[in-house]
Amino acid sequence: MASRLTRSTRAGWAFALPGFALITTFIILPFFFAFYLSLTNQRLISPNPTEFVGLDNYRNLLSLSVLTLEPERDESGAVLRDADGEILYPRVRTITRNPEFPQYRGMREWFRWQSGDTATVVVASDVVFWKALTNTLTFVLFIVPLQGGGALLLALLINQKLRGINVFRTIYFMPVVISIVVISLLWRFIYDGSDGLLNAILSALSFGLFEPVDWLGQPETALGSIIVMSAWQAVGFHMVIWLSGLQTISPTLYEVAAIEGASKWQTFRYVTWPGLRNTAILVLIVITMQAFALFAQIDVMTNGGPLDSTQTLVFQAVERGYGKQDISGGSTISVILFFMVLAISLTQRFLTRERT
Amino acid sequence: MALVSPQNSGLRLASRYAALALVAVVFAFPLVFMVVSSLKPDQQLLRDTSSLRAFLPVGDISLDNYLAAFDRAPIGRFMLNSVIVTVVTVTLSVIICSLAAFSFVYMNWTGRDAILSVVLATLIIPFETIAVPLLLMVSRLPWLGMEGIEWGWLNTYHVQIVPWIVDALTVFLFVQYFKDLPTELIEAARAEGASWFQIYRRVVMPLSGPVLATAIILKSLKMYNEQYLWPLIVVQDEAHRPIMVGLGYFFQLNVAWGELMAYLTLISVPVLVFYLVLQRAFIASIASTGVKG
Repeated sequence: MASRLTRSTRAGWAFALPGFALITTFIILPFFFAFYLSLTNQRLISPNPTEFVGLDNYRNLLSLSVLTLEPERDESGAVLRDADGEILYPRVRTITRNPEFPQYRGMREWFRWQSGDTATVVVASDVVFWKALTNTLTFVLFIVPLQGGGALLLALLINQKLRGINVFRTIYFMPVVISIVVISLLWRFIYDGSDGLLNAILSALSFGLFEPVDWLGQPETALGSIIVMSAWQAVGFHMVIWLSGLQTISPTLYEVAAIEGASKWQTFRYVTWPGLRNTAILVLIVITMQAFALFAQIDVMTNGGPLDSTQTLVFQAVERGYGKQDISGGSTISVILFFMVLAISLTQRFLTRERT
Repeated sequence: MALVSPQNSGLRLASRYAALALVAVVFAFPLVFMVVSSLKPDQQLLRDTSSLRAFLPVGDISLDNYLAAFDRAPIGRFMLNSVIVTVVTVTLSVIICSLAAFSFVYMNWTGRDAILSVVLATLIIPFETIAVPLLLMVSRLPWLGMEGIEWGWLNTYHVQIVPWIVDALTVFLFVQYFKDLPTELIEAARAEGASWFQIYRRVVMPLSGPVLATAIILKSLKMYNEQYLWPLIVVQDEAHRPIMVGLGYFFQLNVAWGELMAYLTLISVPVLVFYLVLQRAFIASIASTGVKG
């Protein structure tokens, strides 16, 4: 269309320039700036000049090693055990602080497992970072099916021709227009260990048999609680996107399926689902990108605790870049985060590509 | 289907509504609880959680929590700050993004397609990955203020506004919409000698009601509801602090739950009212982000 109009380079630039200038300054520039900063020791405020440090920041974050520990033995060679019958191993510190093994210096134990008498210990130079990384991936792994699948179920539920169905759509969508910050604080009360609403409800439903749980206060349940709440808040958003996808499917296809005597499941499998392909890709990518950005819920509800069980990459990037004024450290985490988002989006695109 | 008897279909209908209602309870009750609790004194609030009274405005009902919340934090100030930032950003955003989209769709200029691809490519960059370098940048940027040039944007309104004006999604929404407008209109106006700006203002924008509504709704929600991380790190003074960051006052060690619920209700109700009044537009705006171009 535009090609039929005369060229108007100067006016065209003039119209696009304010927008392009702003997006360049505040998105593209800081994006490349992050790469540069991750190679320096830049701080927010510092009397010393900034130095180029190469890949040190990445090395400090990513260094991992595996140690194999043999049990402590007495003179006769028998394995020593503590009072509980657990095998005694030399302390990890004796290796990480040993000048004979400079490659392990400053590393700390991340986790360990035991096979036979030997224990295998994974040590990392930045254990909190690795916890943040695995927590973020766990969050993504659970929230994508929960939120995407839940939203699809809601969309199918809402896509019925029933009187007053719009009232239900309105209600399901309500949490979406409320700030995640507000929701997080509200759910802090719901999840509270002593006075919380969830414990009260579960206790009432089980006639008092249910033992109250401090949902956000213990490492086993904290991240799961945040996953459930996050899905609850945003599921209405993706329900609407699924709905708009459902409405693009031609009614004729359903009529044909009905005439052919297809069951409900067959209709879904061979008519509805193929018609939702593009919607599915979009929902998948949007949820994944939002999930990697997990921050507000953590900041409001747990601050990364208990025992770092809800640390996330963005929370760590902010804690270092802003909290500790370590701009280069925060930028390094940001760059790693970006590559993860990119890799996962590309993989999703590849896996959901049009097969011909 | 033909085998379904009237009673049977009545039962089916009832079970469908039951399922819908059960799900509705899950989504509505936490919010009902929030509003109802904001009216109760703390002791009663905690006692009521063990029964259905938690969701009913019964017992000792008053607005005391609201008064106490206003005493605890400068809520009016925070609210004003959020509204200023939201209104200014949204206004500038729809103007600048629609101008750019107009240029991308209707005007023919060197480098157009390349620039458009670059703009759309930024969709893949989550803000969270540029927050830290951007913090360093804005702490050193110049600004022409009342008293000449000032260095550093921290603790101002413009640090909350300027970086958020343009985003790829808003540009994309306008581009998609403009592509579907009939080009004959623009060509006719060109033939009559109208300038590009006249075409933008007199021909295209008056036809753009739906996309304007979408862009305004999405951007307003973003600015009012979702601005948390950025103001948290660039605004430390109360004079410019927005409403979501102001929540910090309410989650100290001993949480006054009633006051907290009052504050949460106060800052959520305006958006909820907008949503309930403009439902169709809200839902259409979300749905339109799902239309792939």
